Parts: sequence; structure tokens; C-alpha cells
Amino acid sequence: MATGNFETTIGLEVHVEMQTNSKLMSPSPVHYGDKPNENTNVIDFGYPGVLPVANKGAIEFGMRAALALHATVSPFIRWDRKNYFYPDNPKAYQTTQSQTPLGTNGYLDVTLVDGTVKRVRIKEMHVEEDAGKNTHGADGYSYVDLNRQGTPLIEIVSEPDIASPEEAYAYLEQLRQAILFTGISEAKMQEGQMRADVNISIRPFGSSEYGTKVEMKNINSFNYVRNALIFEEKRQAEVLRSGGVIQQETRRYNEPTKSTILMRVKEGADDYRYFPEPDLAPITIDQTWIQKVADELPKSAGDRQHDYVSNLGIEPYDAEVLTQTLAMSDFYDATVAAGADAKRAANYLIGDVNAFMNKHQIELQDTQLTPAHLAGMIKLIEDGTISTKQAKQVFEAIMAGEEPESFAKKNGLVQISDPVVLLGWITDVLDNNPQSIEDFKGGKDRATGYLIGQLMKMSKGQANPGVMNKMLLEELAKR
Amino acid sequence: MTINFFDNDLTSLHEKLVNKDISTVDLTQATLENIAKTDSELQAFIRTNSDEALLQAKKIDEQHDFSNMLSGLPLALKDNLATNGIETTGASHILEGFKPVYDATVVSKLSTAGAISVGKTNMDEFAMGGSTETSYYKKTANAWDHTKVPGGSSGGSAAAVAGGQIPFALGSDTGGSIRQPAAFNGIVGLKPTYGRVSRWGLFAMASSLDQIGPFTRTVKDNALVLNTIAGFDEKDSTSSKRDVPDFTSKLTGDVKGLKIAVPKEYFGEGIDPKVATTVKAAIAQLELMGATVDEVSLPHTKYGVAAYYIIMSSEASSNLQRYDGVRYGFRADDVKNLEDLYIKTRSEGFGDEVKRRIMLGTFSLSAGAYDAFFKKAAKIRTLLIEDFNKVFADYDVIVGPTAPTVAYGLGEEIDDPTAMYLADVLTIPVNLAGLPGMSVNAGFVDGLPVGLQIIGKPFDEVTVYQTGYAFEQASRLFEQRPNIAKKY
Repeated sequence: MATGNFETTIGLEVHVEMQTNSKLMSPSPVHYGDKPNENTNVIDFGYPGVLPVANKGAIEFGMRAALALHATVSPFIRWDRKNYFYPDNPKAYQTTQSQTPLGTNGYLDVTLVDGTVKRVRIKEMHVEEDAGKNTHGADGYSYVDLNRQGTPLIEIVSEPDIASPEEAYAYLEQLRQAILFTGISEAKMQEGQMRADVNISIRPFGSSEYGTKVEMKNINSFNYVRNALIFEEKRQAEVLRSGGVIQQETRRYNEPTKSTILMRVKEGADDYRYFPEPDLAPITIDQTWIQKVADELPKSAGDRQHDYVSNLGIEPYDAEVLTQTLAMSDFYDATVAAGADAKRAANYLIGDVNAFMNKHQIELQDTQLTPAHLAGMIKLIEDGTISTKQAKQVFEAIMAGEEPESFAKKNGLVQISDPVVLLGWITDVLDNNPQSIEDFKGGKDRATGYLIGQLMKMSKGQANPGVMNKMLLEELAKR
Repeated sequence: MTINFFDNDLTSLHEKLVNKDISTVDLTQATLENIAKTDSELQAFIRTNSDEALLQAKKIDEQHDFSNMLSGLPLALKDNLATNGIETTGASHILEGFKPVYDATVVSKLSTAGAISVGKTNMDEFAMGGSTETSYYKKTANAWDHTKVPGGSSGGSAAAVAGGQIPFALGSDTGGSIRQPAAFNGIVGLKPTYGRVSRWGLFAMASSLDQIGPFTRTVKDNALVLNTIAGFDEKDSTSSKRDVPDFTSKLTGDVKGLKIAVPKEYFGEGIDPKVATTVKAAIAQLELMGATVDEVSLPHTKYGVAAYYIIMSSEASSNLQRYDGVRYGFRADDVKNLEDLYIKTRSEGFGDEVKRRIMLGTFSLSAGAYDAFFKKAAKIRTLLIEDFNKVFADYDVIVGPTAPTVAYGLGEEIDDPTAMYLADVLTIPVNLAGLPGMSVNAGFVDGLPVGLQIIGKPFDEVTVYQTGYAFEQASRLFEQRPNIAKKY
């Protein structure tokens, strides 16, 4: 919250890449990790005479984010050009929304470490184009890869409501979860799908004016953001305490030293010569359209957790684990919808499935497991068709894409619960072991253990133990 | 064989092809010969593409499908229209050697129709100029007097049609670049309504003003070409989804009851009195034929030039940033770093007029100037649109001169940009308002053609053509031939 006699003010601008099929202004695919310039066309290259066409899907994804963050969706948007020269920016302008952000006046309720909830206001949200990537080769040449050029971004600008590095960290984590649950992005930090620009200033307690802010751009790790802010809080306080002045500057976070490094001092604002993009018509967004997007918007993690706890009887901690990703939560919902017992389904996903994913370092959607198979296996356990011991084998099979019931049958992994069959075995065993009956009557409980062992042997382990035990006791009573 | 385009309009050429009086290959060959005969004096073409043209002609002959009026007919394209595999430079050094890997939509539409592009015509660099003199490559002559400018920026296309090299050509018009050269060369040039024709593949100068349109010797020919190039294009989100009518539907010669407005501002200061007299005589002719003619006012006309040069240059300054030497076109040698690459490439690659407009536009958009310049200009644009709306509430077309003067001498005004800019005063408002405008020959002053400008309501090219056709058929001015016609 504070360092010495100063209070901290932090504002964050978060960029999230939206995983639409095609780019914001061209039909090129949006896909990470392909060969350089594979996902490009003449529009991305900024050839003479080419024209942009706005991707409706990207606008709808932007609307999803706006709705999830309780922002007002603007009824009228147009595009603006932000002009600057750089090789990763082939048109030398970025198409953005400086005048008419898609969303305004939103908020995110952030649960802090102490359990209190803090509302961070979202000032505005715009849809804009991502830039390409420049790399500098050891051969002395610089290379430009325009695969990322034109990928739609949603930029989420917070008000300076964040008061500490920890709050910033909590905000980012929970913002990421909120975005994940809109289904517009996997927000993978390591792939640069979510990046933060950070503004921080400090001021003496009680001061009515903000201090001079320092900016750090494009940080793609929440830990780095926290570390950078911790360092800046201290650095700025030391400067002020020693009688110095904070300069308006851009700094860079350096992870090895966990410190920030001056990049450049700002003398007045950059002049990007924003003006309305004349190649694109403005877009009117009516209530019907907003409603359509709202109807398609997946339920938030919070709503899902509440559902799991109140309606399905899941423990709050388990509900949180189940909602760490949209994929897991959707999978869980589908498994329950397919008829699986809610608690068993939760236990399997949190336990065995998670362990499997960790062991193989893969995402849930990259496994061969389907909700129908998981539900199928759980039903086999529930109705006594297979034992929990047998279920271990079935689990391995469904993780390899097998259908549980046919797998169990094929491999003889079926419990026998048929009373006629069981009675036959029980009668045989009791007839051949009169001594055990005597022992039982004489009060020796161990005798049943021996009889059960014989029965399991006879049934090759397939007898349903619950049913068999009950029947054995009934038959013993008759003798 | 030879072909004289002064004796043949598009319809007659079409009939000759259908009847097998001539083959497409013959016609293409004859066209290329016409260009070879006269281009040393006209300098209308930056390059011809005879191999590609003859190859396509052969295909058309084999198919013998002349269901489209334009099938087998030769044309020329302004050099700012992208042609797949054929060098397209915008008459700029910075795009020297640049071969697009895509066709402009108008080019693919014409090609699908079977029309055969034989070459790329000269123009002002990136369409910036009114005399075709800012071209990096050559200076084009006026078809009527080779010491005079052909107008611009589509001067090559206009001179090629007026000089009988080609039966039709395409140009682009941002502030008058089709209508003014059409006027200077005594032919028909139409700037369609903004959004009527797709801009995909047109090297942008000012995106909110640019439109592509046809040059022809007659109004009917012009309407036939527009029939083929008009229509919505999903690659251009500013193109209109409106239905495309048959633009020849009202070419009856009848203008009885047509309500014509004549803005008094279009005959004000700076308009050559002889030009004014010629245009007034043309208007009197239309009145004689049964149209009603009233004087009206477009009070904000005088602010049009200032607003235009701010909006146009602002958009152009941004549109031309892509020419940076990184991905295509000219790149300067001996650069030390990235900034040096940008500065040297653009300093050496662009001509003076382009640099002038980039600087003007960059300034107009800069943080300190935006409100006083760009924003103010946008407001003037709205006022001009309202001026037109008021008049069009009561009238069918607005007519006046296309340009304040006839063609001036080569080299006369090139060093006086302000004078050059002011010469656009009568054409600019039409672009700012997005209206259709056409120039047809109104007569001659000292042996040089004078343009009659006909401005229509948005998407009402049909009435513009109706008016122009009636005047053209009554005056028969299109039958007058420049001396160069004797060469064929």
C-alpha cells in the first residue's frame, strides 16, 4: 500500500490478442507459431491500393470483453489511424479506436489476498491491430515477420485505482480469468497473448495531486509486473526523500536484477497524428446486436463457482480449481450434463485428469478424453458395473480415447451383481466349507473373510463385493 | 489493317467484332500501331503491354464470346491501377519496377468482360497535380495542341482517348483528375458517385475522395464502360451495395422538363470570360431543348479549395507512409540505419509535389494544428454537402464550367502550386460531397476545348448521362477532330 509516507497509484493498460479466425482487417488466419510470414497477404504487407475490411467477429469478441467487464458498449464506433513508421507496421499506421472506444465505464471486482474485494474501474476498451515482429539476426540483417500483424487486440485501460504491486498482480490474474471465460482468448502470457503497459506514480499521503508517472511497456508476466512495481515504488520514494524530482519517463523491467532501467525521458506527448480512418465506414451497434453477443457470452468463472457450490454440492476450493480455465469448466459442465455424478466428476477432473495433463504436459483439449467417456466411466462405477479398482484400468483406456463400456466388456472388467449367479457361488462355497459356517455361528468374524476370499476366487474377482457380502450374510443366517 | 477510333464508337467496334469484320487480334494490333504512330508526340503512355494484350486477344477470338459489349475492345489504364504482373508505378520513382501481384477490381471486371488493356498511361505522380507534369517519367501533350498540358492528373488517359490512340481509358478523380483533363482534351470524363466503383487496387491518394471513372469520346461509350466497372465489392467496404442501373437507360436526347441549376459562384472571379461565354451558350442550348434553367447559389464554394487541400493532403500523408523502402519499390543505397533508410528512400523516391502535400498533410494532422486545420476542413466539407443538398431538393442537375480556363502551356504553372490548386475550384466540391460529375465538350476557345461540367445527385449518374448525351447529340461537337486524327 505504501512506502514510508507515500501512497502508490497504479494504472494498467492490458492488451489481449483475440483468437478470431482471421485478422482484424484482412482474411489472413490468426495463428501462433507458424513459419515467418506464412499467415500474410497483400493487405498485411501494406501493398499499394489494398483496402481493409473490418472483421465483424473481432468486434463481437471485443463486445464480449466489454460485457464481461460491465462496460457500456458504444452504439457507434469508427476507426482511427495512429501513424508511425516502423518495419513491423507496414502501412505505417495502426488501425485503432482513439475517439470511439468500443467499451467505456466498466469495472472488475478484484478479490485481494486478505479476502476483501476492491473494485477497479475500467476507463475504456478499444479494438485495434497488433503489430508484426522484428528480429535482429546474428548475420547483421533485421527480419520482419508479419504473421502477428493485424491480429485483433482488445486494449483494456484501467483507471488509476490500483494502490500496490500486490493489487496490480491480483487485478491482472483476475482480469485474465475474466477474459478466459469470455472465450475470446487463451491469454497465454508466454505467447504474448496478454501484455501489460504499466503506469505508476507515488505521492505523499493526503496529497490531492498525483505524482509524475513512470511508464513501463509490454510486460508479459504478472510476476514481472509485480517486481517492476515493487522496485519502482522504492526507487521513486528514495528519489523524493532525497529531495529529487520524478521525471516523466519510460523504463524497462530487467528480470535478472529485478530492477527497472531508464529507456527514454518523455518531453511532451508523442504525436501519432490520429485521424478518422477514411477506408472504413463507421459501425452502428444496436441493442439487438449487443443482446445477441450477450446471449453467446459464456458464464463467468464466479457464476460457475457459485453454481457448483450451491447446486452441485461441490466444495468451494474444488469449484475454484474447476474454473481455472474455461476449457476445464466447460468440460466439467458437459460431463455432468452427460449424466455423471457431480462430485465424482469433479474428483476425477481435479485429481486423475489433472495429474495426467501435468505428467504429459498437455492441455485438456489436447487429450483424447471426452465428457461422454468420463461420464460413461463414472456411470459404470455408480451402478456397480465396475469396481473402483477396475476403474483405474478403464481410466487409462478413456484417456487413450476408448469408449468405457465397450472397453470394460472387452477386457472382462465387469462386476457380476446378478443374484442368481451369486447365489449359485455362495451355495457352492457354503456347502464345501461347513467348518467356516460353524466358526461364523461361534462368533468368529474372520470366517466371513475366508468365505469371501473363496467367492472372489470362484468369480475371478468379478463378483460385486457389496451385493455379494449382503447375500452371503443372508445365506449364513439361513444355515 | 488500321483502325481509326474517330470513325468508330464502342458500339460500332463491337459490331465489327461480332460480325467478324475484324478479329480481336487485329484490333489489338491496330491499337498498338496507333499508339506507336503518335505516342512520340503525345507521350500518353508510360508503357504498353503488347505481349499480354495480344495473348488475351487471341483467347477472345478463340472463344468468340461477345456477349459483353466491351469484349475484345482495347483500353488503357491510368498507372495507379494495379495490374497483376504488369509494372504499376503511380508515375513515381518510388515504385519504379513494382509489379503488383493482384488486379484492381476494375481491372478484373474489365478483364472478365473480355476488354483488353494495352498499356498504362502517364499521370501526375500519385495523382498529385493538374497537368500530368509531376510524373517522374515524362510529360504528356494535349491532344489538340502539343504545346499545352493535357490536364491532370489523368492526363495520359485523356490524351490517349482524345488523340485517337485508344477508344476508352480509365482514370481516377480525387479533386477533378478525370473531369479537368477530359475538359482540356474535349472528351467525356465521368467521376462516379463515391462508392459507385470499387477502389480496391487504386493506389490511394485521399481515400475519402478517390473514385475511378471512364474516359471516352462519347457519352454513350462512357455509360457502357460504367455499366461494367460499377458495383459493390466486398474488398472495398466504402463501395455501395446499391443496385447498378443501366446507365444508358435515359440516352434519348430528350431533356424536356429537366430542372437545371446554374451556381452563380461557378462564373465568378478567376473564370476566363471566354470559357464562361462558351459554357453559358451550352446551357442556353439545353434550355432551348426544353430544360428549365435557374441560377442558384452554392455559398461555400470559395472555401472548397482550402478544405480540400487540407483533407486530401492529410489522408495522402498517411496513405503514402507505406512507401518506406522496406518491402517493395525503390530503396535508397548507402543507408546507415533505419531512420536513414526512411529519410533517404522517401527523399529520393518522391517528387516535389508529393513531398509538398505530405508535409502539408502531416502538419494539418499534428496535435497542435488538428483542430484548426483538419477538423475545420471537415466542417467545411459538411457545409458544402448541405449546399448541394439544398439545391438538389429542387433541381435534377447542376451545370457549369469544368475548369476556369482552357489548357495552359506546358511548364507555365508547374512552379506556382497555388495557382494550380485554385484551378481545381470547380471540381473539388463534387469530390468533397461525393457526387457524380461529368465533363463533356462545350465548345472551343482559341482552338482549345472547353468543358461543360454536369453534377448529379448521389448515385444519379443516369440523369448526368441523360443531360450530357442530349447536349452532345445536339451540338455534335464530338465530331470535331484534332490534327493528330489525320495520322491514322
